[in-house]
Amino acid sequence: MQLLPASHNHHGSHGHAAGHSHEPGHEHGQGHDDAGHIHIRGPAVSGRTVILQQKVLAKNDELAQRSREWLRSRGVLAVNLMSSPGAGKTTLLERTARELAGKLSLSVIEGDQETALDGRRIQAAGAAVVQINTGAGCHLDAAMVAEGLRALDPPSGAIVVIENVGNLVCPALFDLGEEAKVVISSVTEGDDKPVKYPNMFRQADLVLVNKIDLLPYVDFDVRSHAAELRRVSPGALMVQLSATTGQGIQTWYDWLRRRAPAPHE
Amino acid sequence: MHELAITEGVIDAVTGRLPGARITCVRLEIGALSGVVADSVRFCFDLVTEGTDLQGARLEITEPAGRCKCRICGSEFEPDGPILLCPCGSPDISVLTGQDLKITSVMVA
Repeated sequence: MQLLPASHNHHGSHGHAAGHSHEPGHEHGQGHDDAGHIHIRGPAVSGRTVILQQKVLAKNDELAQRSREWLRSRGVLAVNLMSSPGAGKTTLLERTARELAGKLSLSVIEGDQETALDGRRIQAAGAAVVQINTGAGCHLDAAMVAEGLRALDPPSGAIVVIENVGNLVCPALFDLGEEAKVVISSVTEGDDKPVKYPNMFRQADLVLVNKIDLLPYVDFDVRSHAAELRRVSPGALMVQLSATTGQGIQTWYDWLRRRAPAPHE
Repeated sequence: MHELAITEGVIDAVTGRLPGARITCVRLEIGALSGVVADSVRFCFDLVTEGTDLQGARLEITEPAGRCKCRICGSEFEPDGPILLCPCGSPDISVLTGQDLKITSVMVA
């Protein structure tokens, strides 16, 4: 936790998200060692120690890898599309499905906490859709996507866009079996999003800056966004577009087409 | 709050490896660059272990610091917060350690 006094400009100071906020009541066991802090809670215990050395997300990662291999063997490209809620994921996919109809086989796995509203929008635009509702969940995981892929049964040469739950935090941790991660930033959000959500932007292969038709009306500095993005992900490609007017959208289509696998014979 | 799913993943992994065992202690390693907040896992732990073989187990979490190497100047450094910038100013770095999220060991009654 970090308290920022009102009168001070704390530019450059960092948050303490991954750090250690010690609330009262936290017992500090062996104190500090080279491996970092050790936090212990609960009564002293006895028993036999069993070494596991197991990644917590091992099951997810294994399922994701299985999906990845299945997709490759079929000649299908999967893209994990992520953003905060309202950045324009569904609008982008609607336009993409409409404008690439007949040129590219596009299928969508649509993740939302509740409702099939977005799935229906994309279906109306002409793409095959599987809607997944995560309920209490804040992200899609590899098991949900594997099930979605089975239901979609995408043909060879297809592109499957996995529209993740709108959230810039949780989806960053879960491999879904995709080949590429695309993150949308929109100009109605802050241009400092990349440094505020570094775990998300660090992994992005492509960052789409959406809603550029609104640039004259908002406080978003595209150059500053590009500089902030380079600080967390120097290799990410940034493309400016408007999913509403279609401005700049050709670059997104070219990016998809370049990656679309050649259909198997 | 992906920590809820993460903590459920811990229980699945432990009960999968040691079915039926009474677990009295779980030791986790949550790297400083793993994107997981240890305090949130701690908060979720009692809730999600209730009614499982891990109910009442003690939770020990170590949080190893992150370590990165700069691809431009070659120096190794411990990042100051989640923005991984080399002291030379370069963001072009590789992460050496601190991203792990794992169950190191458990104690069985």
